[in-house]
Amino acid sequence: MHFRGCQIKIVGRIGRTLILTGMCFGMSCGTPRRPPQPQTTEIHELQEPVLATEDLNDEMSIFHLPSFWHTQNQDTIEFKDLKGNVLVVVMFYTSCKAACPRLVADMQSIEAKVRPSAKKNIKYVLVTIDPEVDTPNKLKKFSKINKMDGDQWLFLHSDEESIRLFANVLSVKYAQISPIDFSHSNIISVFDEHGILQHQQEGLGVDNEETVNKIINLSH
Amino acid sequence: MRSLSIYLFSFFVVAISVHAQPSAMARVKGGYYIPLYGMGKDQQVYVQDYYMDVTPVTNRQFYAFIKAHPEWSKSKVKRIFADANYLHTWESDHSYPEKFADSPVNFVSWFAADAYCKCYGKRLPTIDEWEYAAMAGEKTKDARKDSMYIKKILRWYETPKTQTLKVGQSPPNYWGIKDLFGLVWEWAYDFNAIILTGESRNNADTDKGLFCASGSIGANDLMDYAAFMRYAFRSSLKANYTINNLGFRCAKDINNK
Repeated sequence: MHFRGCQIKIVGRIGRTLILTGMCFGMSCGTPRRPPQPQTTEIHELQEPVLATEDLNDEMSIFHLPSFWHTQNQDTIEFKDLKGNVLVVVMFYTSCKAACPRLVADMQSIEAKVRPSAKKNIKYVLVTIDPEVDTPNKLKKFSKINKMDGDQWLFLHSDEESIRLFANVLSVKYAQISPIDFSHSNIISVFDEHGILQHQQEGLGVDNEETVNKIINLSH
Repeated sequence: MRSLSIYLFSFFVVAISVHAQPSAMARVKGGYYIPLYGMGKDQQVYVQDYYMDVTPVTNRQFYAFIKAHPEWSKSKVKRIFADANYLHTWESDHSYPEKFADSPVNFVSWFAADAYCKCYGKRLPTIDEWEYAAMAGEKTKDARKDSMYIKKILRWYETPKTQTLKVGQSPPNYWGIKDLFGLVWEWAYDFNAIILTGESRNNADTDKGLFCASGSIGANDLMDYAAFMRYAFRSSLKANYTINNLGFRCAKDINNK
């Protein structure tokens, strides 16, 4: 999925139309009753204010996020401190037994494939969705155990609100489904050096060639 | 009592600081309920006591917020936080159609709604809090088996342009809360927490699952069907979307000190 400037609008709009269509379809297979319209969502014509591409890009930057994060090294940072780096971002939690080990493995695999052609400005960012358990210390331990303790690896911890807000930026869905487990979408996102989302890979153990190429192209 | 007076006091201070009256709040006594989609099938969820705005946030109230926080005005808001239709019905940064002053603010993104609530020391209600409050009828905490309750919701689903109606005109529910149905759909804090099952290894099909298969699995009676529409709608949202029939109200923890 491409998230760049104006295109996001179009993607969003088409998505919405499909969803509404999908809902109506869902109704007809489930209920004999006449499908009540969910008050029709008016799809308005695009009324983009005329903005230079650069401005519009800047408006989509995660550097606008107001939240603070703690790293595995106990530093406090904002996303804008990462300006100049290509960011490869995933949301996960360390005590997860099912999906996360594979997600983490996917990150490692991407990192390994990018490394030969890598320039220095790439950060692999793992953001916890379980801030209570995943303290910066815990994240530090996790990074050592998984041999992700080079400078390119960044583990981030914050408060629940900042994490929820960030997940919304990535369109990552997550929910705590038991005291120790979360259900979450498996999305690896790539941001360019200006903090603009450029690429998302969804699913586990998928072919990551496109993601790898994107990262190499964005790093320079 | 002390906490109440502190609460009222802070409420007052906030009200002065932005020169407008935010919505009054009602206290909801928590308890167990079974959500349509939750931790597991038929699993009860415990909802703590909380406060919830009596009415959805209006254009007038939202304008007061923007005056204090111009970064959320139509021209200044960043696209990452709100799409191009943000406050679509407003004529400019400083004017909304006067006839809609007391109608729910619409075309607002999750980010904007979240910022509004925080500005007043509140927060968006969770899905569970919203659903818990919304299952109340006028006389009972749980009216979901009452056919009139369900008919009312479904009738609203079928009525267009209800977002132009004024807030607070309908009778309050058991908790003293109004307009949970009848005017706009509302943002929830964790609207993006909808994933059908605990199956986190399979994410690619969650949306499809929610829209089609689950329509026949989960929504097997009209009560679930009405709720299913809300869950499906929430799940179709992204946090910077702004939509004509989507508004919000705020909630707040109860400080038990």
